[in-house]
Amino acid sequence: MNTESRMNPDTSRAPVSQKPQVIHPHSNEGDVGALVRVNIDGQEIKVPLGTTILEAAKRLGIHIPTLCHHADLCSAGLCRICVVEVEGMRTLQASCAYPISSPMTILTHTRKVRSARRHVVDLLLSEHVGECYTCFRNNNCELQSLSKEMGVTHFRFGQRTEHHHKPDNSSYSVVRDMDKCVLCRRCVRTCIDLQEVGVLEACHRGSETAIETFHDKPLGEVVCINCGQCINRCPTGALRANDPTEQIWHLIDDSTKHVVIQTAPAPRAAIGECFGCAPGTPLTFEMNTALRLCGFDKAFDTNFTADLTIIEEGTELLLRLHRALVQGDKEAALPQFTSCSPGWVKYLEHFYPEYIPNLSSAKSPQQMFGAVIKTYYAQLHGIDPKDIVTVALMPCSAKKYECNRPEMVDSGHKDVDFGLTTRELAQMFQEAGIDLPNLPKSEFDDPFGTATGSGVIFGATGGVMEAALRTVIEVVCGIQVENLFDHADIIPLRGFDGIRYVELPIRDVGPVIPMFKPLVDSWSWLKGATLKVAVAHGTANAKKVMEDIKAGGRLSECHFIEFMGCPGGCIGGGGQPIPTSPEIRAARAKAIYAEDSSYKVRKSHENPAVLELYTKFLTDGPCGHLSHKLLHTHYQARGRFIA
Amino acid sequence: MLVLEREGLGRLIRELCDRHGRSRPALLPILQELQETQGWISDYAMQAVARHLDIHPVEVYSVITFYAFLNSEKKGRFVIRLCRTISCDMRDKDRVARQLEQELGVKFGQTTADGRFTLEWSNCMGMCDQGPALMVNKQIFTQISPERAHEIIESCRRIYALYPERSEDTALEAAGAVQVLAGPLALEARS
Amino acid sequence: MSSKNHPSILFRESQPDEGLKKAVGLKRVDVISMVRESGLRGRGGAGFPTGVKWNFAALAQDETKYVVCNADEGEPGTFKDRVLLTERTDLVLEGMTIAGRTIGAKEGIIYLRGEYDYLRRHLEAVIARREQANLLGDDILGTAGFSFRIHVHMGAGAYVCGEETALIESMEGHRGEPRNRPPFPVNTGYMGHPTVVNNVETFALAARVVALGAETFAKVGLASSTGTKLFSVSGDCTRPGVYELPMGLTIEELLREVGGEDAKAVQVGGASGTCVPHKAFTRRLAFDDASTGGSIIVFGPQRDMLRVARNFMEFFDEESCGQCTPCRRGNRVLLEGIEKLEQGVCTLTYLSELKALGESMQLASKCGLGQSSPNAFLSIVEHFKDEILARQTA
Repeated sequence: MNTESRMNPDTSRAPVSQKPQVIHPHSNEGDVGALVRVNIDGQEIKVPLGTTILEAAKRLGIHIPTLCHHADLCSAGLCRICVVEVEGMRTLQASCAYPISSPMTILTHTRKVRSARRHVVDLLLSEHVGECYTCFRNNNCELQSLSKEMGVTHFRFGQRTEHHHKPDNSSYSVVRDMDKCVLCRRCVRTCIDLQEVGVLEACHRGSETAIETFHDKPLGEVVCINCGQCINRCPTGALRANDPTEQIWHLIDDSTKHVVIQTAPAPRAAIGECFGCAPGTPLTFEMNTALRLCGFDKAFDTNFTADLTIIEEGTELLLRLHRALVQGDKEAALPQFTSCSPGWVKYLEHFYPEYIPNLSSAKSPQQMFGAVIKTYYAQLHGIDPKDIVTVALMPCSAKKYECNRPEMVDSGHKDVDFGLTTRELAQMFQEAGIDLPNLPKSEFDDPFGTATGSGVIFGATGGVMEAALRTVIEVVCGIQVENLFDHADIIPLRGFDGIRYVELPIRDVGPVIPMFKPLVDSWSWLKGATLKVAVAHGTANAKKVMEDIKAGGRLSECHFIEFMGCPGGCIGGGGQPIPTSPEIRAARAKAIYAEDSSYKVRKSHENPAVLELYTKFLTDGPCGHLSHKLLHTHYQARGRFIA
Repeated sequence: MLVLEREGLGRLIRELCDRHGRSRPALLPILQELQETQGWISDYAMQAVARHLDIHPVEVYSVITFYAFLNSEKKGRFVIRLCRTISCDMRDKDRVARQLEQELGVKFGQTTADGRFTLEWSNCMGMCDQGPALMVNKQIFTQISPERAHEIIESCRRIYALYPERSEDTALEAAGAVQVLAGPLALEARS
Repeated sequence: MSSKNHPSILFRESQPDEGLKKAVGLKRVDVISMVRESGLRGRGGAGFPTGVKWNFAALAQDETKYVVCNADEGEPGTFKDRVLLTERTDLVLEGMTIAGRTIGAKEGIIYLRGEYDYLRRHLEAVIARREQANLLGDDILGTAGFSFRIHVHMGAGAYVCGEETALIESMEGHRGEPRNRPPFPVNTGYMGHPTVVNNVETFALAARVVALGAETFAKVGLASSTGTKLFSVSGDCTRPGVYELPMGLTIEELLREVGGEDAKAVQVGGASGTCVPHKAFTRRLAFDDASTGGSIIVFGPQRDMLRVARNFMEFFDEESCGQCTPCRRGNRVLLEGIEKLEQGVCTLTYLSELKALGESMQLASKCGLGQSSPNAFLSIVEHFKDEILARQTA
């Protein structure tokens, strides 16, 4: 059971009207946990007290259409498409929000119900600027599907064609087109409740009601972390990512440009969904073929820099620990926080700027890759870096923002030119007539095609920490991970619990391997220590961790914490195929872990390409001078004030 | 906004939060007092309140836009709201509306260039037996004829000369210019 | 005002706090039985039996419970609560105090609509006086352990907050958006605690029920609509104002009282009520017939009924909370339909589409506002079709 994003009604900050509310049964109706008999369309079922009508119907295999309902969010009961007739009640009830507390008889498609549902769709269509042909959600739009399902044949109450809003393009990551909004408030519940960022809310009232930011300011000017979770949960095209495909095509067509693409692990477990495959269908190597067909000059694996990140970030951690434990430096900022999720990084910059020193200065794999390509790779192949275009295939909308951060130019050029989402790449493939699932497989390009299983699991929550521990255990303790964890699978770090905590006692230490010789003489100072680590995903859970740290709780004693901005980690990123749900994310994660176990090399410090990079290019070693220049960055205390 | 002004407002908001508490149910009372003393709730004020209550600024904005008597845009020193609901409509509120528009030189929904008056429609204010009714800030006036509308605006102008800054609404009474109907309708008079 | 023919319950001379004094000597269950036997039903308009509501809240297991007085009187044409709060303030507070003791609440809140801000000081003064007189506070009337306090919470201009769950949302500092039900406020109300929300008039009448006895109250009115009702009368009549009359009076009889005999129609229940044409003036003002929370708007022979319908739809277009689709968008579509009718460009086919839409809104909206907002439109279109269509051809 995935519990990652189920709302806790006690701590949820969603508007109360949209929270699931506690049922206090009358004493004669049985205790909590008791079963209640329900009859739906003539079929009987017993369900636990408090089960919604929608849920009960689902168990009977009865389909009830929904719109404002979403598996990740608390119920709202406001679109009214899911209304049903309950015997003995004058009005229709929203099945998604009606908790069953006594035996009842329900009819799901009477004349009244059908008429009301049709009217709901008619009304939504009358205010929706339905430019289906030019909408990125064409054929993947819940309003479109509902219209089909309800048998809508004409615009009964008219069709809006004039635009009332200009699309808000101010953000590098998320574009809002409020003319397409159907006010289901899934974005509001996502932003306030699931992510606890709080950018969007329903404003005004009556027919003027609209989803707005603070004082309706452009998204680029408010405290948005660019996670794009709202996009994943929008039923229509009102929210979309800022799409660079036109520019990328243009550069691919330009023969003077050398266009390389790095591909992150999460998209390959999900991109098949855009081609009708089941979630979790791995298409890693088919995608390589497709990228070359598309015209990309090289297809690299971001996992290479994921492994590099582990070395840099791991070294940074060991150095911090050394400062704290050996030199007694109270300033050594611990716990160290991971910095590979740009949504999380911006969240911290806004909400906990005082903890910026704790953030690892190591860049994310995407940005390390860009910096290495426009320096090392350019040298190696004798290409002028100004002619290299680096595209990053990411499951993420925040990566678009990250590559545009002004400090990300350490190669002397914009390190990464474009962040491309899984959805956008799928669209490029489709435009090029590429039938991705049925392509032959092919390998990544060298020299950055060599990756390990550790790089792959960056795609799922807990993966960075698992990769880091695999390396720390072997480098510091001098033992095989397999001695501690079967198949080197660190199971306690996996899964979807919002926050996971693991302790790793360092009973013995091994010799210092050559790569770390410039940094430490021995690991003896770590002997007997207990490494404490934690993992959190989704910024609502990140908030809980940060509050615990602020309050000096158990998590403040951690040495290293992995934070991912999105629920489920990158596999649930804001650039992934729509829809999303706990089940879909679980399937994608499964694919990620399967790919990990298929690798021969599964530990970052054993990646031969990474080792070669340190011997040939970053010769002063991890966290050395050059790596500091190219692979590390700094952050900006943004705070929460909106000017 | 001047730094000094902002500091003053910040102090006021802190006091309000101390008095009403820092939980969500305190939000409306805090906003109502800000509205009353400042005449509007600025971006800065919304964010300061949000900070004290540990909620998101957009939630404060969302609440303000929901309620007719809270506004996040600056309005006139006097906000005149004419009831347009059925009973007042039947008592010829349109004549009063025209008079107000002419008198102030603005349409409904607008603020005079000098920032003194904002003219708005309001929905039923519970004075249906004495319509047309209007509100000036928080004071209700009933049985408004075009002449009386003129008188009320004149009174406001006199008050403005005495109290150009927004002050307690009692100024409307203190100036003695307008009759404030503080009780119920005179039941006896009609029975 | 009450007429000579119809004795008053609310405004009759009586001993101060007679009901409260009696209530402290009674067991809670006895007070509930009394209110139940009186047949008292909620005066806000929905007519839920008050005794049943109090009983649910009394049974709910919670240390903290609330009594909320819904003084968000916003229904167009309603102003009787304003009069009660001014003239019978003590009686309202007495009713709240009795409710507090009966359900086991220690805190009462008056949610006063923003428009009635001028009443706030008056209410707070009476509350303070009652505290000094030991009618509020701790050990009320010397009864050990009987604590009850009341404070005023101001609304900020939103009609929908008269809906009890929207009102609770508003008190909790949110937009006044109605909640999903169940659970009901008697179980999960203000701050998640059992909460009784009653109309101003209901509390005042409850105090009277306890003072006079269930039987005296139940004798007045009809069997299913007992007692008297305050009617706020406005519009085309010679004597507008507030009237206390027995439940079950016919519209005709009421019109005679208020000087509106020549009316062509009466809007019973305000914007969310229904428009009753002349031919149906024999209908009774009662829960099971022409039901009203108090609003009676009289339309004289010259009234343009389409303009009336337009006024009501404009009201709902603005006052809908904007949450659910049928109400948020439906009211606007009906309003646009009226504009079409005004311009004479509404086909009969489209008119029947609008009627069907109105019926769906009644069934599928989330709360009472949306469920009743098409009422006026539907009843006016039904009863004044000729008048409206005459305009079409004109």
